[in-house]
Amino acid sequence: MQTATTHAPAHGHDHAHAHEHHEPGFFSKYIFSTDHKVIGIQYGITSLLFLFFGFSLMMAMRWQLAYPGKAIPVVGELLRKVLGDEMASGGVMSADLYNSFGAMHGTIMVFLAIVPLAFGAFGNYVTPLQVGAPDMAFPRLNMASYHMYFWGGVIMLASFFTPGGAAKSGWTSYSPLATLADTSNVINGQTMWLLGMVMLITSSLLGSVNLITTIIQLRVKGLTWMRLPFFTWAQFVTSFLLLLAFPPLEAAGLMQLADNLLKSSFFMPTGLVTSGGIVPVSGGGNPLLWQHLFWFLAHPEVYVLILPAMGIVSEVIANNTRKPLWGYKSMVYASMGLGFVSFIVWAHHMYLTGMGTTISTFFQTTTMIISIPSVIILTSLFISLWGGSIRFNTPMLFALAFLPMFGIGGLTGLPLGFNASDIYLHDSYYVIGHFHYVVAPGTIFALFAGVYFWYPKITGRFMSEILGKIHFFGSFVCMNLIFFPMFIQGLRGMSRRMYDGGSTYFGNGVDPGVLKLNEGILHAALALAFFQLFFIINFFWSLYGGKKAESSNPWNATTLDWATPTPVPHGNFETAPTVYRGPYEYSVPGAARDFIPQDQKD
Amino acid sequence: MEIPYTVKPRPDTGLYNAKIGIWLFLASEVMLFGALFSAYILLRVGAPDGFWPDVPTAWPHGLLNVPLGTFNTAVLITSSMTVMMAWTALKENNFAKFRKFMTVTLLCAVLFLCIKGYEYNDKFTHYVIRLKDGSALTGHLEINGSSPRFWTEDTLAAKKLESVEVLQDIPTVLRYPSGFKHEEVAHEPGEHHIKREIKTADIQSLRPFVPATGTFFAVYFTMTFLHALHIIGGVLVMGYMTFVGGGMWKTEPERYTNRIESVGLFWHFVDLVWIFLFPVMYLL
Repeated sequence: MQTATTHAPAHGHDHAHAHEHHEPGFFSKYIFSTDHKVIGIQYGITSLLFLFFGFSLMMAMRWQLAYPGKAIPVVGELLRKVLGDEMASGGVMSADLYNSFGAMHGTIMVFLAIVPLAFGAFGNYVTPLQVGAPDMAFPRLNMASYHMYFWGGVIMLASFFTPGGAAKSGWTSYSPLATLADTSNVINGQTMWLLGMVMLITSSLLGSVNLITTIIQLRVKGLTWMRLPFFTWAQFVTSFLLLLAFPPLEAAGLMQLADNLLKSSFFMPTGLVTSGGIVPVSGGGNPLLWQHLFWFLAHPEVYVLILPAMGIVSEVIANNTRKPLWGYKSMVYASMGLGFVSFIVWAHHMYLTGMGTTISTFFQTTTMIISIPSVIILTSLFISLWGGSIRFNTPMLFALAFLPMFGIGGLTGLPLGFNASDIYLHDSYYVIGHFHYVVAPGTIFALFAGVYFWYPKITGRFMSEILGKIHFFGSFVCMNLIFFPMFIQGLRGMSRRMYDGGSTYFGNGVDPGVLKLNEGILHAALALAFFQLFFIINFFWSLYGGKKAESSNPWNATTLDWATPTPVPHGNFETAPTVYRGPYEYSVPGAARDFIPQDQKD
Repeated sequence: MEIPYTVKPRPDTGLYNAKIGIWLFLASEVMLFGALFSAYILLRVGAPDGFWPDVPTAWPHGLLNVPLGTFNTAVLITSSMTVMMAWTALKENNFAKFRKFMTVTLLCAVLFLCIKGYEYNDKFTHYVIRLKDGSALTGHLEINGSSPRFWTEDTLAAKKLESVEVLQDIPTVLRYPSGFKHEEVAHEPGEHHIKREIKTADIQSLRPFVPATGTFFAVYFTMTFLHALHIIGGVLVMGYMTFVGGGMWKTEPERYTNRIESVGLFWHFVDLVWIFLFPVMYLL
């Protein structure tokens, strides 16, 4: 926000700004800005709001799981008023509402919160700075990308108010369930979901084209590929994943839209019977087709979630251990390997669909192979800590916590990658525990690290360390209290899809112990929400009351993003910098200081 | 600082920014159409053997107008050539020639869309009729000298028609190249249709050739419609650049030429998609 207030009178005024000579108006400064920094902040704030909204949906669901059929205090009444008696009569969550919230929690967290925050916000703000560029290669496309994302989000939110409620077939929208879930209305939650997704896919297409071009074309003199900071590498690979993996989902979305609106049968098999009898469609379609196309996107999407997080963590760790990253080149090659292999593992989500053991074996093999590059990156980061004099500031704490949390998430994924053990674990709470460890205490912690780390560059002030540490330790404990019990529940066979918390599944008190854990998880989730308040207060209070960053490079970092004035002016650099060295020259023996910026000549 | 390489190529990559941008966009488009072609393969391989329409979910053959499709392919290839000649004309500094070639390109695109529209309309008036005796036939309805669109058996009931006149298609050996036997319909040599009166009471179902009638139609309409949308997008952009945004030629000729090159690349891609669509839909 602060950046924009010091928006320099356009000396490098590009064509989009040709009409604004001195002070641009409010709209062109904040809403229709083409400056990558403003767009980054727009992405950041919007996605943080969606992150909190997605979390709130889940808190309501956790109440229902802990105390099935009991009215949700305060919020239940609000839900009844907003969404009507059908959805929450007497403040009790209905099964339809639970399904809607579940589907929208996943959709919002993945497509509207974490990817836009990791790729849209950090990618937009930091990457052009790290390559020494004055802006993104295509500033107006960048603006269009944000606006597509924003309206995609609005469509998703509006879908809660369509007759029948928002999409309720899971974030995976499996056909034929998704086609048959809401047949009474033409414009139903699922149609809105598909329209929203088309907007979001277009947005990420524009964003990834832009970022790849920026990194290839706008690198300053001397910034060779192996001198790029690992964060930029991570964003580069991520962009390719977004560019190439998303279109198949768009194709699948068009086909599902045709199934829903034109009553075609892309995903509707012959002779499909529901409670209403034989479904009156021509048939001949294939439900597996949807799953293949969906997971062709959604598995690379996992790496879209994790790679930028690894990039942020690498920057923070190198900076706070005051050491070069150990194995920088291996990490770069590993991230490329991760990108390639992530395109051929998708069907490990489909072992139980009956697609055949030969195919399962193939995907089991590739799934095991893809764990190698992840381990290379994680191991390099662990070894980077060795022998460093570590500064335990808030960004570093979050980055350090990322390592074991992502480790747990990754290792618990191996039994899911083997099809023999996956048969038992599939669709249980174990799966939920596994991927939430990757994304919640994993990626989200890395994103918090990034917010605390780049905040002084963006605003010129540090965030409060005390509030930051309360936020960190509170979140760290609560995240584990939420997700660890899920492994136990899953191993005891608790299904992930039970609206009543699994009590019907277990029968009459067969295993109340595992169900009892739901109450603990609810309380941990509420406590996690409480600790986020410290972050929210810190985020706004520090804008005005935070400690001022004395220099434009307050963390004594080496990469080009810290070589700009603070706050970063329009056009970023006064003159194009020249790069003379690698990205992490910390504690070079014989050097005057313990860091040498990339643009410093010998 | 200004954004570099917006017009001049970067020395080490040899490309200006927009050229990388358009290639990346096309890579993404390849994945979009690639997914649809994959869907086509999966659905077609999964379709049961036998005659369509006798076997309702079998894959139909020969329903599309091959001569028209061939002509449309030629139209698009011509437009691909002229868009390149237009770009060459700009390189030769000849704006008038550029405009001429661009106009031809746009006319070709519009002609393509018109023919596609005619073909669509023909499908909307073409029906598969299943009779209560279990047999099935295809043909156009003829009601008071015109062929209605999108009728179903419910329309017949609502209109209280006792019988309908059908121009029944004569299946020929060419329609079923895979060697299946089919029921012969008695006809004079050289005749393509026979007029036939069918009682409404005998009709089990009446379905136009639309996506809801079968996965072949669903794939055909989805893919060709998405392709047509790309054509429309290309027409809008090229039309704008040629007739509205042409002023840039005077102020920034090199940038303008680059823009035409980029849109030309897109146009070639759209052409290429059709070159795959045509054999896959019309001939196979």
